[in-house]
Amino acid sequence: MTPDAEVVVSTGEAVVFWVLGPVALAGALGMVFSRSAVHSALWLVNTMLALGVFYVVQSAPFLGAVQIIVYTGAIMILFLFVLMLVGRDSSDSVVETLRGQRVAAAVLGVGFAGLVGAGIARATQDLPVAATSAAQAERNIPAIAELLFTRYLLAFEVTSALLITAAVGAMVLAHVEREPGSRQSQKELSRARFLTSDRPQTPSGPGVYARANSVAAPALLPDGRADGSTVATGVEPQEVEQMPRPTGREQLGNPDAALGTLDGTPSGTPGGRAGGEHR
Amino acid sequence: MSVEVLPAEGLLSASWLLIALPLAGAAVLLLGGRRTDRWGHLLGTATVVTAFVLAVACTAQLAGLDERSADVELFTFISAGELDVTAGLLYDPLSAVFVLLITGVGSLIHVYSIGYMAHDPARRRFFAYLNLFVAAMLLLVLGNSFVALYVGWEGVGLASYLLIAFWYTRPAAATAAKKAFIMNRVGDVGLALAIFVMFAQLGTTSYAGVFGSVGTLAGGTITAIGLLLLLGACGKSGQFPLQAWLPDAMEGPTPVSALIHAATMVTAGVYLIARSAPIYDLTPTARAVVLAIGALTLLIGAVAGCAFDDIKKVLAYSTVSQIGYMFLAVGLGPAGYVAGLAHLLAHGFFKAGLFLGAGSVMHAMDDSVDMRRFGGLARKLPITFVTFGLGYLALIGFPFLSGYFTKDAIIEAALDRGDGWGWVLGGIAVLGAGLTAFYMTRLMLMTFFGRARWADGVHPHESPTVMTVPMIVLAVGSVGAGALLVSVFPLSGWLEPVFGEPEEAAHVVAPALVGLVVTVVMLLGVLVAWLFVGRREVPVTAPARVSVVTRAARNALYADAVNESLFMRPGQWLTRALVWFDNRGVDGAVNGLAAGLGGSSSRLGRVQTGFVRSYALGMLGGAVVVAGALLAVTAG
Amino acid sequence: MTLSYYLVLAAILFTIGAVGVLVRRNAIVVFMCVELMLNSVNLTLVTFARATGTVDGQIMAFFVMVVAAAEVVVGLAIIMSIYRTRRSASVDDANLLKY
Repeated sequence: MTPDAEVVVSTGEAVVFWVLGPVALAGALGMVFSRSAVHSALWLVNTMLALGVFYVVQSAPFLGAVQIIVYTGAIMILFLFVLMLVGRDSSDSVVETLRGQRVAAAVLGVGFAGLVGAGIARATQDLPVAATSAAQAERNIPAIAELLFTRYLLAFEVTSALLITAAVGAMVLAHVEREPGSRQSQKELSRARFLTSDRPQTPSGPGVYARANSVAAPALLPDGRADGSTVATGVEPQEVEQMPRPTGREQLGNPDAALGTLDGTPSGTPGGRAGGEHR
Repeated sequence: MSVEVLPAEGLLSASWLLIALPLAGAAVLLLGGRRTDRWGHLLGTATVVTAFVLAVACTAQLAGLDERSADVELFTFISAGELDVTAGLLYDPLSAVFVLLITGVGSLIHVYSIGYMAHDPARRRFFAYLNLFVAAMLLLVLGNSFVALYVGWEGVGLASYLLIAFWYTRPAAATAAKKAFIMNRVGDVGLALAIFVMFAQLGTTSYAGVFGSVGTLAGGTITAIGLLLLLGACGKSGQFPLQAWLPDAMEGPTPVSALIHAATMVTAGVYLIARSAPIYDLTPTARAVVLAIGALTLLIGAVAGCAFDDIKKVLAYSTVSQIGYMFLAVGLGPAGYVAGLAHLLAHGFFKAGLFLGAGSVMHAMDDSVDMRRFGGLARKLPITFVTFGLGYLALIGFPFLSGYFTKDAIIEAALDRGDGWGWVLGGIAVLGAGLTAFYMTRLMLMTFFGRARWADGVHPHESPTVMTVPMIVLAVGSVGAGALLVSVFPLSGWLEPVFGEPEEAAHVVAPALVGLVVTVVMLLGVLVAWLFVGRREVPVTAPARVSVVTRAARNALYADAVNESLFMRPGQWLTRALVWFDNRGVDGAVNGLAAGLGGSSSRLGRVQTGFVRSYALGMLGGAVVVAGALLAVTAG
Repeated sequence: MTLSYYLVLAAILFTIGAVGVLVRRNAIVVFMCVELMLNSVNLTLVTFARATGTVDGQIMAFFVMVVAAAEVVVGLAIIMSIYRTRRSASVDDANLLKY
């Protein structure tokens, strides 16, 4: 390391760091401290995106792209899939079951960060920045390819074998062995449907209204009743403000009366309590 | 006076057979087991008799040699680096004398034992142990190095233990054997230490090597060696302070007492000191200690022998006293060696004869040893009476029997010292002679004379021929050995290659006068005994109200009490303290450690809560520690 | 601003992820915190690649991403199958391995 090598980075990079650094930190803290698991996943996505930008800024464009595409785009989505299947309704309670765990974790965390951070900071104070020309930046991918397929070829091949093994392993683990004959055929399914249920037709989806168009809006039965079963489980069917139906003489007349603007009676706030939920 | 020792040739080179024959006999009888019961005693006797014949032949050949010392090299015992111990035998006049004594008296006692142990189902084992003893004793006297002597030393100790406890189901016998072995051990430590010092300082333990180079050592070292050797000799010969085991060893069968504790094993100490003469020549201090021990033991044995009613115990104390005489003699220096050894040989004859006689009396009196229950046996056991009587006369020093010559030689040698100590020692020896006469006469009177005080159902009868013949032979030896050794075939001449020219010292007191004085004193002792014991009626039970001296003598001058309070009780306290410490301290520590581990383990086990998050917390904690340590190391 | 700022940011993100593993009980959220930690490591690798002027760091980060993808696939499949049998996605429910 030549003593007069570059140590300080360019200003642009500094700006990026000081903007996205706190963002990454906030994402990490949010991931650890949010109660809902899905929220945690999304905070982590935030951090990963910030890290992807860091990679690009540090003359590793390929790696930055891979971070965003693979890590964020594939791995975190996989996390979310599994969360939907498994962990959505099992949120952590705030009460800590192990005595002193949180305190100890906090103390150790601060201690570890302090020790390692201070040590690294002191040791790498004068870490030089290798000057990269534009040509070198362009040649990032060929450079990676060159090393990857010569010096690290064995590692490459081994990790590919690892990926295959992981895929097969996941298949094996997730497989549910069903007894032959336990799966009902289509014939049996439809027979069961027609013989036992009182609604053999295809259930309908949520309703579409002029004023509301969300999964929480129930469809209407022929007699005008709202059908709660058309709304997905877990979603509260909302009271939708409906246009008055022109079913008779009393409906015709003063449009104001029909609209309800004369007497100012509220006909239910569009959205109501459940309104804030639909996104 | 080191004589050139030549390698043996001819029959002498086969002298290792002397040891091998009894050893093989012991091995056959022990390993053969009950199958050999029918002829075991005969084999045992045959090996020792053969050894005696071979010993006579070897000695005859030795007499014909110019230098009269033959070294028989056998094999390399230890060869490790600088230590090169060759096992070999040294057949010279001193060892020849002992070999003849051991095999000769041993053969007679083996023959005697055939009859004495005839009714004992374990007779074969007895002969096996006797053979083992003979083999070990021969190795002791024939070895050409202190290490070989030590091997034989240990062997006789073992054989003595096995034989004292021959009737091991008797608690008294087992205890006596243990006592003998332990006290022997104390002496053995002394001998071992002496050998260690010899080897450390001189690099050799063979007689030739040690005696040749001992002059190069510092005076203190030589004195130490002398004293340590003396300790060993005291242990084996039952001298003060290690004399208490010998009387207790009478628990063994009488042939054992005769062979081991009268004629041979207890004389091993005298042999050791005689053999180590070159060492003692250089350390007058150690020699003086030998003298003192001899004189002291002489008196202790004589005094204790006056008060016992057990015939074997009286003879045992007599042995202790007579060996005191021998120690006194060898402690006098070159002048006394020959006298001491002559007394040793004579004593071997008459004491063995006395013990065999005592065994014959016991055999007749249903194995009783209480002299107060004897009396008037002269008529019933004539042969025993005659042989016993001859041995008695020899022991007390009746003129012209063997003891007279040898005991007087010792007293003369003591007086010839010239200085005041000479008179003291001579006086002690004369006093001892008087006491000897007293207690032996008491024994004779209580046993053979007077009114018969036999217990009911006892019918004394003479012993079978197989028992009386050895007694007769020994009686003949008791009578003639002294004259033979001192006048006819002078022992001093025979032992010249070992001890040098016999000095013709100017006698301080004329020998004839010495002889006269000793005889008078002896007769005085006999008279006193007759007055106190012979003329009065012998009570059947021992009188309870006796003088302080008698009570002290009955307790063997409180030797056992002293041993107990000095050694046994502290030993017991030490054992008890150690046991307490082991139970509370060591066990407590170990169990406490185990309990602590168990407790802490179960407490630590609670860390395993099963929650993954707790474990992750631990991991993060560990990572913090590692990071901190790394920073501390690199920053510091 | 020097490159060490990136490294410190990565360290802080790593710590936040570690604390999240300790504190959250939902298995999938814990998994996401692990992903955050991996991302912070990637940032470190890319920063050092820039410091040395080679692309080795970027390739390592690339491999980290690939392996993370495989890991996520298998891990989520495991969580799903556990959820099917136990009807719970809390990490605290798997606490049988205790003293």
